[in-house]
Amino acid sequence: MSMQSGLVSSTSQLRAYAPTTDVSVAAPAPLLEVARAQPVTAPRNLRTEPGPIRFIIIALAIIFLSVFVVLPLVVVFASAFSKGIMAYFAALAEPEAMAAIKLTLLIAAISVTLNLVFGVIAAWAISKFEFTGKTFLITLIDLPFSVSPVISGLVFVLLFGAQGFFGTWLQAHNVHILFAVPGIALATIFVTFPFVARALIPLMQEQGTQEEEAAISLGASGLQTFFRVTLPNIKWGLLYGVLLCNARAMGEFGAVSVVSGHIRGETNTMPLLVEILYNEYQFVASFAIASLLAMLALITLVVKTILERRLDEAEVSDGD
Amino acid sequence: MAIEVKNIVKTFGSFAALDNVDLKVADGELLALLGPSGSGKTTLLRIIAGLDWPDSGEVAIDGENALSRGASERQVGFVFQHYALFRHMTVFENVAFGLRVQPRAIRKDEATIRARVKELLDLVQLDWLANRFPSQLSGGQRQRIALARALAIEPRILLLDEPFGALDAKVRKELRQWLRSLHNEIHVTSIFVTHDQEEALEVANRVVVMDKGKIEQIGSPGEVYDNPATAFVHGFIGESIVLPVDVAGDAVRLDGRSLNIPALGAASGAAKLFVRRHDMAIGPAGSGTLEGAIRHVRSFGPIQRAEVALSGGEGKTVIEIDAPRDRELQAGEIVSLQPRRYRIFAAQD
Repeated sequence: MSMQSGLVSSTSQLRAYAPTTDVSVAAPAPLLEVARAQPVTAPRNLRTEPGPIRFIIIALAIIFLSVFVVLPLVVVFASAFSKGIMAYFAALAEPEAMAAIKLTLLIAAISVTLNLVFGVIAAWAISKFEFTGKTFLITLIDLPFSVSPVISGLVFVLLFGAQGFFGTWLQAHNVHILFAVPGIALATIFVTFPFVARALIPLMQEQGTQEEEAAISLGASGLQTFFRVTLPNIKWGLLYGVLLCNARAMGEFGAVSVVSGHIRGETNTMPLLVEILYNEYQFVASFAIASLLAMLALITLVVKTILERRLDEAEVSDGD
Repeated sequence: MAIEVKNIVKTFGSFAALDNVDLKVADGELLALLGPSGSGKTTLLRIIAGLDWPDSGEVAIDGENALSRGASERQVGFVFQHYALFRHMTVFENVAFGLRVQPRAIRKDEATIRARVKELLDLVQLDWLANRFPSQLSGGQRQRIALARALAIEPRILLLDEPFGALDAKVRKELRQWLRSLHNEIHVTSIFVTHDQEEALEVANRVVVMDKGKIEQIGSPGEVYDNPATAFVHGFIGESIVLPVDVAGDAVRLDGRSLNIPALGAASGAAKLFVRRHDMAIGPAGSGTLEGAIRHVRSFGPIQRAEVALSGGEGKTVIEIDAPRDRELQAGEIVSLQPRRYRIFAAQD
């Protein structure tokens, strides 16, 4: 019985045994009886930390979260509404703001859709097949997370810029990638690629291939197997990945900033516009758009919590 | 349908899972593939099902080359060790799956599908679970649903991979008898894989004993038990006493002393003597070929199991024998032992 352990969580407190002193005698007896024989009035409360320490730890956590998370959120909304609700909506109705919102939605739609497809394919390949270079592929999927977003953007400048690898050819054929929607979409796809794949790989690995094999032995085709067996099994994980992918796609700043060219009303996404407006001392307009992004974050959090609960339930229910 | 497997070779990297395996299964047979883990039995089953492909060799189902067809086209019912039920579907939909994914041209209408599923659930006596999800069933129930699901496609053959492996002992016994009687009822050619010899001997018409990717023996349960073809089979099926002996002509010697038993045609040289525990007769000291002191006796059921330290060889050789309870054995007693039935195989290592 390990009573020495420092931080005892609240759930394990409920399950904790009575102090070690004379439990050994009554070892096989049911827990309830042991508890009755050993009232809670032990000389020292061994089950948890002393009151003051608990208080300090909890207070520190709350203070930290308030200062670094809640306060900025409050400031964003307070500044956005500082000139009244009319000024807030007027700022959002500006053509430049509307263009940024539309562009952001477009970019998110493109990158989430493509990453959904690529993510499922990559997760499928990794979790259901054995092939050489698999470990390398898994490492590669994480690359966008480990590389600075600015560099992610720079890669595309080096590839498609005027002096870039494909630059001359693109110019000759009048194809615009950089400083246009395709470039922003590419950069966003690159940065957000890992979300769907990462959400699916552990899930699909855990589920294995037996259900798919069963489906095939029952006569199902590859597509039938995917849509009737695989997809329903991964749907919550998939939604989870899509949600996080979307949040990042809409909020991405670094990579997009490098490839966008900041053409007003054309290639500014919401995060870029927030910065530009702020630099021009248009605080209400800047924070109004920032508040939309903050709201997206809050909604994402709520949905994420719901999805996580669903995922847990799905996991619990398949124990055999 | 008859199954014929010829010269199957399958390697995983440098590991030979199947080494030139030949097997014929007659129509309507209930066959057990028995062997320790790593013997290749599951790989063979998966190759017949089309879930794995051999490096070389032939598989024919009902005289038709099966390797030219994918798993989904072979009409083979496969029951997985861990059931592999579709976790997001009800029991009813699990069983109906094979009928619902049929090509539109031959797919039956909804009423026929429902009737068929009902019939199958009745067959496995679980019709009352139709609307449950797999997670709400016990292991034994899941296994029976998995079987019903496999039978839904009217399989030409039925393959079961360790069907009772994940169940507890009591449920296992019940399901064994149940599988036997089910097979008597529907008569579909069936192969099941198991590492449990008792299960193989009790359920199958014929047992195929495998080890290290090779078939060691094929025979009825009685044959493989009473006339093991190889040392491996003797050691793997039933409990055996194994003694290292030397064969010289027709004489068998243990620790240099002759045992006064014929060598039964075993080649001269180092060999192993295999005797079933209950085939070792116990008599008063001096009456048999082997002698030893009883160290310990345990009695249960109709037998008593005695640990005997053989004399000679510095008393290091200790064997366990089973004797009927009509003669009371005492620890410390010196007894003589005589193998009634035995086999001698050349020592391989």
